[in-house]
Amino acid sequence: MFTAERVADKKDWLTGNDGEWEVIIGLEIHAQVASKSKLFSGAATEYGAEPNTQVSLVDAAMPGMLPVVNEFCIEQAVRTGLGINAKINLFSRFDRKNYFYPDLPQGYQISQFEFPIVGEGEIEIEPEGSEAVMVGIERLHLEQDAGKSIHDLSPNETYVDLNRSGVCLMEIVSKPDMRTPEEASAYVEKIRSIVRALGTCNGDMEKGNLRADVNVSVRRPGGPLGTRCELKNINSMRFIRQAINYEARRQIDIVEAGGEVDQETRLFDNAKGETRTMRSKEDAHDYRYFPDPDLLPTKITQEYVDAIKATLPELPDARRARFVEEYGIPVYDAGILTADKAKGDFYERLVKGHDAKIAANWMMGDLFGALNKKSIDLDDSPVNSDALGGLLDLIADKTISGKIAKGVFEKMFAGEGSADEIVERDGLKQVTDMGAIEKMVQDVIDANADQAAKVADNPRLIGFFVGQVMKASQGKANPQAVNEILKKKLGL
Amino acid sequence: MSNENKGVDAEIVRKIARLSRLHVDEDRLAPLADELNGILSWIEMLGEVDVKGVEPMTSAVAIDAPLRADVVTDGGVRDKVLANAPKTEAGYFVVPRSVE
Amino acid sequence: MSDLTQLTLEAALAGLKSKDFSSVEITKAHIEACEKGAKLNAFITTDYDNALKSAEASDARLAKGEGGNLEGAPLGMKDLFCTENVRTTAGSKILGDFKPQYESTISAQMKSDGMVMLGKLNLDEFAMGSANETSHFGSVINPWKAEDGIDLVPGGSSGGSATAVAANMCLGATATDTGGSIRQPASFTGTTGIKPTYGRCSRWGVVAFASSLDQAGPITRTVKDAAIMLQSMAGYDVKDSTSLNVAVPDFAAACDNGVKGLRIGIPKEYTMDGMPAEIETLWQQGIKWLQDAGAEIVNVSLPHTKYALPAYYIVAPAEASSNLARYDGMRYGNRVDGENLYDTYERSRAEGFGEEVRRRIMIGTYVLSAGYYDAYYLQAQKVRTRIAEDFNAAWEKCDALLTPTCPSAAFAVGRKIDDPVTMYLNDIFTVTANLAGLPAMSVPVSLDKDGLPLGLQIIGRALDEETVFAASAALEKAANFTAKPKKWWA
Repeated sequence: MFTAERVADKKDWLTGNDGEWEVIIGLEIHAQVASKSKLFSGAATEYGAEPNTQVSLVDAAMPGMLPVVNEFCIEQAVRTGLGINAKINLFSRFDRKNYFYPDLPQGYQISQFEFPIVGEGEIEIEPEGSEAVMVGIERLHLEQDAGKSIHDLSPNETYVDLNRSGVCLMEIVSKPDMRTPEEASAYVEKIRSIVRALGTCNGDMEKGNLRADVNVSVRRPGGPLGTRCELKNINSMRFIRQAINYEARRQIDIVEAGGEVDQETRLFDNAKGETRTMRSKEDAHDYRYFPDPDLLPTKITQEYVDAIKATLPELPDARRARFVEEYGIPVYDAGILTADKAKGDFYERLVKGHDAKIAANWMMGDLFGALNKKSIDLDDSPVNSDALGGLLDLIADKTISGKIAKGVFEKMFAGEGSADEIVERDGLKQVTDMGAIEKMVQDVIDANADQAAKVADNPRLIGFFVGQVMKASQGKANPQAVNEILKKKLGL
Repeated sequence: MSNENKGVDAEIVRKIARLSRLHVDEDRLAPLADELNGILSWIEMLGEVDVKGVEPMTSAVAIDAPLRADVVTDGGVRDKVLANAPKTEAGYFVVPRSVE
Repeated sequence: MSDLTQLTLEAALAGLKSKDFSSVEITKAHIEACEKGAKLNAFITTDYDNALKSAEASDARLAKGEGGNLEGAPLGMKDLFCTENVRTTAGSKILGDFKPQYESTISAQMKSDGMVMLGKLNLDEFAMGSANETSHFGSVINPWKAEDGIDLVPGGSSGGSATAVAANMCLGATATDTGGSIRQPASFTGTTGIKPTYGRCSRWGVVAFASSLDQAGPITRTVKDAAIMLQSMAGYDVKDSTSLNVAVPDFAAACDNGVKGLRIGIPKEYTMDGMPAEIETLWQQGIKWLQDAGAEIVNVSLPHTKYALPAYYIVAPAEASSNLARYDGMRYGNRVDGENLYDTYERSRAEGFGEEVRRRIMIGTYVLSAGYYDAYYLQAQKVRTRIAEDFNAAWEKCDALLTPTCPSAAFAVGRKIDDPVTMYLNDIFTVTANLAGLPAMSVPVSLDKDGLPLGLQIIGRALDEETVFAASAALEKAANFTAKPKKWWA
């Protein structure tokens, strides 16, 4: 499945002083399982609690404390594994990864090294502006998170909060199948949409719910692989792209200057937009993995896996295909509307009883535009699907025109009321009274007798008359009716 | 048991002491290497055992890991967590600075 | 009531129940014995005030005809069991003044069964040793002496437990056994001790040495006493993933089952070069006793026996090197401030751990490190499988095994040992049961030519403590071992 053979598109090559390069990218995503309690203890996982208040004696590694596996975490790993089309391992085992750090209370992290719960899988990503790409998944395993070290509360000391210690993470390891920063961020976006659709992880990158370590190396297009560096803990799509761009350039400069890239872990400094070395070489790690003797192997059955499979929700790719098929909207629209669960759900509520394409356009255009401008999540949108549906109803039954509707939407978004209320209040109803329209038309024709005389020779002049009538009606006349009456009266 | 293991030298002792976070004085490295070699050469006899096709025994009990329900049953015991700490401040453990 | 400290646990519990004496009386008698025996150094921490308070509470319950399985009995607790608000040291300097904010499952069960806890018993540091000489709190002295009057070790790592029971300072004591740490000190002190099946007793709240081998059990003066104590210690614990969810049988009742019709296996590999002839003789005597009691004797072979000890000395240090990583001076225990974080770690741990613990951490780190894992750790785990297979084959032919407990009697405190391996050989007959997770018991049966006690060991099938108790009780009855150490310390 490793697609090392795949050579990046020429347009994605980086030009050095000395020829072309391509970037090879693999990712390790840490996704926090959306469990209430920790992987091995009954302490809460909620975000933002006071320091050390969500810590059990197990999480603090008090002498004689023992881990017990959280069943929900096993289930979420299996669900996620199924969601990334991966092999589920019926036998898995927790190992200890030994190293010292003040926010690692046990002196080891419990992880799955030799026998992860999920094996190889693959997903399709659609980087912006290029073809879809298949990305191989190497494995998914469960592990415990470390605590948090805080360095800015004292100049000479570090403060340690163990609230995160023991929180369950799924580490999803990709194959080095990506070639551009955009592919990398599309991959993260895809994984994020999958875990959110599955409900296995909240995917909130700002809260550290989803973090990525990025492995970057460079090579001559199609040539042998270079030495890779691991960029740690990057928590936004933009930083992922920035970090890769910086790191690729750094490596190219080193190699072109005749140097060698050191295989190392580097930290991305998002303030400076640079990567820098994280650990000194003398601190080389030897993690001494071995099976955790406090835990026994986790054995699950195929029936268990099948039962979980039966409860899987529709995943974004499948939903997109269904939207195209069922609603007849373009693939591009369907892709946007299924990028996350909330959007897809909103659309499916909205589309009931409305034109599918018009509904899609309104969501992707006016609604997303307004939300983006104000940085509001769709879930918190001041205009919900029912409200927007009400607006579409008014367009459909010709109560208002599409143009008027845009103004109504803005007022709805500003919280001024429902579409009905606003249209009523502002007197925006289309004039459909034929007599009234006829009168307006006649008035306009009378006022522009010269132009009316030229219409026979130049039928396009009718646009001028439509404009004048609409203006006279303050946009409320039904344009179709105006058109018809004009044609009749002007003898067209 | 008599074949002396020479696998461990002072450099390796230094490395494993570092991995173990145990300070070892320079002049103790070589004697410790001798000691460890003594123990390891005795242990070498395990190599005689034919283990072809044998699964490693990682636990003395042949059951699967028990699983617990995802319920918050613990935590909220900061006083107990911090009770024995050498140094605390504002609810945090305070430790020597872990970054430069 | 001549001396309440001479009673067996069984007799004391009966006396308490029939109100022949009160818990406060018997507790005071034991406190006095503990104070007089201070030079044996069996206790690291005593807790007499709380002991007397528990005794009063027990008396109140007994007066109402209530009370648990251990109601009012003054017992000792190996200082590896975490006890709420009572300092717990594991025999190490590194834990400093650590006062657990929790109670181990075992001690909690014993307390709810009415135990009066006299204090925390000395042990080898982190239970690593076979002589109780690695304790930060000094060596424990064996109450037994040979003619030459030299101080002897009580064995280890549960040396404090064995000495306290042998010297009548408590009616029984908890202990733990990773490679022989219950059975070897029992043999050295003329006491009885059982390591139950791995998973029978919860490890929650017991300071870990080697997680896949550690198992708690009692040291007592009789087989029945051990059964009574184990009854309170055993049981499934949801907090320990390796704990076995099975019913706990009536161990005391099993002591009366006899050995008629039982097939007792004699593994020919349990002899050792340089082993005193009298141990071989004693073994033969034991065979005869069980035969006379109606058991059928069968010869069996456990061909991988000689590999058990080296396998143990990979597995145990490997697990220990990881289990002891948490003692870093960050969240509890002693911190020795260094120039920086790294230096603080190194100094806290180098000064906090004693020599033997440091040695084992380093061995464990080495055998797990890159490039050595397969040759050492993986090989040892495979050999462990072979050892377990040996036992399974033996169980086709027999119901329990009879072996010596140790290759020697107690030796002198401070005996110069150049080679750690020589010390490790103490565990040669006991480690196999740990590696295979089997129940095994040491029963005192006679004195050697120097007047020092020696024990024999019964090993049973997994979860078949009942047969172990039955065979041990038969051995105890036949041996009729009544010798007591001269009370030179009081």
